[in-house]
Amino acid sequence: MKEPASDEAFVAFERVQKSYDGVTLVVKDLNLSIAKGEFLTMLGPSGSGKTTCLMMLAGFETATHGQIRLAGRDINDVPPHKRGIGMVFQNYALFPHMSVAENLAFPLEVRGIGKAEREAKIARALDMVKMGAFAGRRPAQLSGGQQQRIALARALVFEPELVLMDEPLGALDKQLREHMQFEIKHLADNLGITVVYVTHDQTEALTMSDRVAVFNDGVVQQLAPPDELYERPMNSFVARFIGENNALEGTVEQIAGGRCTVRLPDGSVIDAVPVNVSRPGERTRVSIRPERVEFRPERLQADAHTLEAEVLEFTYMGESFRARLRVAGTDEFVMKYRNAADQRRLRPGERLRIGWLPEDCRALDAA
Amino acid sequence: MADMTVDRLPDGRAAPEGTTMLAADGTPLRVSLQRSLRRQKRRAFLLVAPLLAFILVFFALPIADMLFRSVDNHIVPETLPRTVEALAEDPDPVPGEPVFVALYEDLVVAEAYKRHTQLGTRLNYEMGGASSLLRGTGRAIGRIGTDVYADQFVAADPAFADPARWAAWMVDPAIRAALPETTDAYDAWARFTIEADNDDPAEEQPGDMVYAALWRDLAAGAQPPGLPAVDVSGWETPSIRELMIEAESGWGDPGIWSTLRTFSAPYTAGYYLAALDLRLSEDGIAPRPASERIYNALFLRTFVMSLLITGLCILLGYPVAFLLSTLPARTANLLMILVLLPFWTSLLVRTSAWKVLLQQQGVINDILVWAGLVADNARLVMINNQTGTIIAMTHILLPFMILPMYSVMKGIPPAYMRAARSLGANDWTAFWRVYFPQSIPGIGAGSILVFILAIGYYITPELVGGTRGVFISNRIAYHISSSLNWGLAAALGTILLVAVLILYWIYDRLVGIDNVKLGG
Repeated sequence: MKEPASDEAFVAFERVQKSYDGVTLVVKDLNLSIAKGEFLTMLGPSGSGKTTCLMMLAGFETATHGQIRLAGRDINDVPPHKRGIGMVFQNYALFPHMSVAENLAFPLEVRGIGKAEREAKIARALDMVKMGAFAGRRPAQLSGGQQQRIALARALVFEPELVLMDEPLGALDKQLREHMQFEIKHLADNLGITVVYVTHDQTEALTMSDRVAVFNDGVVQQLAPPDELYERPMNSFVARFIGENNALEGTVEQIAGGRCTVRLPDGSVIDAVPVNVSRPGERTRVSIRPERVEFRPERLQADAHTLEAEVLEFTYMGESFRARLRVAGTDEFVMKYRNAADQRRLRPGERLRIGWLPEDCRALDAA
Repeated sequence: MADMTVDRLPDGRAAPEGTTMLAADGTPLRVSLQRSLRRQKRRAFLLVAPLLAFILVFFALPIADMLFRSVDNHIVPETLPRTVEALAEDPDPVPGEPVFVALYEDLVVAEAYKRHTQLGTRLNYEMGGASSLLRGTGRAIGRIGTDVYADQFVAADPAFADPARWAAWMVDPAIRAALPETTDAYDAWARFTIEADNDDPAEEQPGDMVYAALWRDLAAGAQPPGLPAVDVSGWETPSIRELMIEAESGWGDPGIWSTLRTFSAPYTAGYYLAALDLRLSEDGIAPRPASERIYNALFLRTFVMSLLITGLCILLGYPVAFLLSTLPARTANLLMILVLLPFWTSLLVRTSAWKVLLQQQGVINDILVWAGLVADNARLVMINNQTGTIIAMTHILLPFMILPMYSVMKGIPPAYMRAARSLGANDWTAFWRVYFPQSIPGIGAGSILVFILAIGYYITPELVGGTRGVFISNRIAYHISSSLNWGLAAALGTILLVAVLILYWIYDRLVGIDNVKLGG
């Protein structure tokens, strides 16, 4: 994570609210600071308000309440074309009646940049995305991945300090998408630009971002670097939304010294880190990542609580194994472990005792 | 076939060049494919067959017929076959006796079949007065004075008055060979006696023209065997040329003969030349006198006004289509109903409504006078002129412009405008550089539709156009229903059709017909 270069954030949302119909709020009281040079991803399910936030930043939507600042300047009343923000659209929005070079020339022409300088910048931008040979083509003559690169080059050619990307990889197939994730990330790092990236693909968010803002229901649920988001989710929604997650419902028995014990419906007791619980007797939902579940007794802490489990299903996944277990009354408990030389495969019907490190198990809100 | 099977590549690779791919049963793949497609093709054909037949019978054939009419001139050589033939050998401005004899016989036959009036109508298109000349001649043809020949023959021998004797003579090959002109005249007379008069030639005394022909044969020295011998020397033999000119002095005028010479062929370009304000004369193609020129001006007016109407439709329709395409669906549908409302009202009603609105004592003038913008004695003339036609037609054709524009604009994603603005373009630049070029196919489709509809419009110019605001189609309609000059109407229609096709071709070259979109 990069810290803001100065006290003043490069992009700042301050108490921003947005309503389309005057009845419901799509964005509820958003406060968000983005540092210069940061790659920030807005992640969330559709309808969570992330795209609306992006559109407000771009200037295509106006905030119903609150302020949006860019480089210390209030931009609420600045029209989109004067904000100087580059943007990559979901379906690229390359102008179909212009060639690639003309598409790239467009932002330079409207800025009154001379022909020679324009051509130099276009050539540089095309080289940057390795599309130098395609300047004369029409967008329709390019593949999806090529169009994606051109859209990127067009958003960068006028050297904006802030680039917004609205699900730019959504239309590509998996392999190309993964490849482009790294290219975009490298470009952003090399150019030192600030990127606000919107996606509903959590893998994309985790692999590319300096920080991820998880949106749900118009509210930022958690704003954190990817590792923190994955390993220390602050609430049930984030735990559920990011990666695979086991959730067990229960009641807090006691809390002390950064640890708590939770009693599950079947009477068994487990250890957890209290996150959203404050007193005994509270309902909670504990979250454990499948790959942090351990079933070999020698790998468990001696005094840790363990649970009875029965293997329901075993799946071979290549680099790893995945087992679905019946644990504490739920049939959807998942355990994953690496396909290593010293590991054994499980058989359905096998009975085990499973456990985990208490710090990997987080007692979250019951919602 | 045995030697061909070696071409077959069982592993599915393409056969080397110059060899034939074979299907599994050994027949060439191409043949096999065609056989399997034949059934499909037959099915497709049967599905379109009823419509195809309908279009053929009620659309394609009538059009072909009209195209044929625009060059058809068979009536002249078919009604006056002898005259046309004789005239070809007589260069005099007013031809000599043989041509008049031929004309006399042709007109006797034509009168019997009542075809001379049609010929008169046809010739009247090329020369004023030809119709009354032929009508007058038709009325007089039975009594122009040729009966003296019959009277003298009957006086010389009563056998010449006997229909049965005549019938017997005219089947005798020796007599027929000796009397060529008589034979020709008698055969013609006998045919129309049967066909037109429903009489038996063996019971009717031949017409005067047969006796005149007999006299010409005998005077030329014919010796027919078996006919009563008559000495024709010293008879009264009036010239048919003089009798005809005496009956209708028009035949002494070189004009009618010049017209006949020019229009004696079965096909003519005369209608097309007339449609272009030209005329065909013996000396070639020449412009019509200035007072008779109307069609070029009318074509030009039709084109210019159609262009003007198309332009007005673009100006008025574009913002509406743009609004429609950007509004939310509910509001857009309501607005679309308002656009389509004129479609659901009769064209006649709408045009009549414009009459009420635009006339000098009409609603608009009343309001202007009431508002003091126009003096009561200087009310605007907005109807029965070009203004009226342009206003009413622009209104009527506007939906045809808006609908294709709308469907194209609907297909332009709003992301383009957003992209343009995010790239630094203000609203106008974004519209002009990004949105407008993509909406051109809609303008093209709408313009073609409106222009082609406008150029052939009839009802509205007829009702509100007065004399200065009518289109070429009104003139075509006039020739179809009033002047009955279908040949000219067909020529005008063909020129209009060709002009539209040429414009379409030019448009295709300039804009590309692929760029025309009627739907997203």
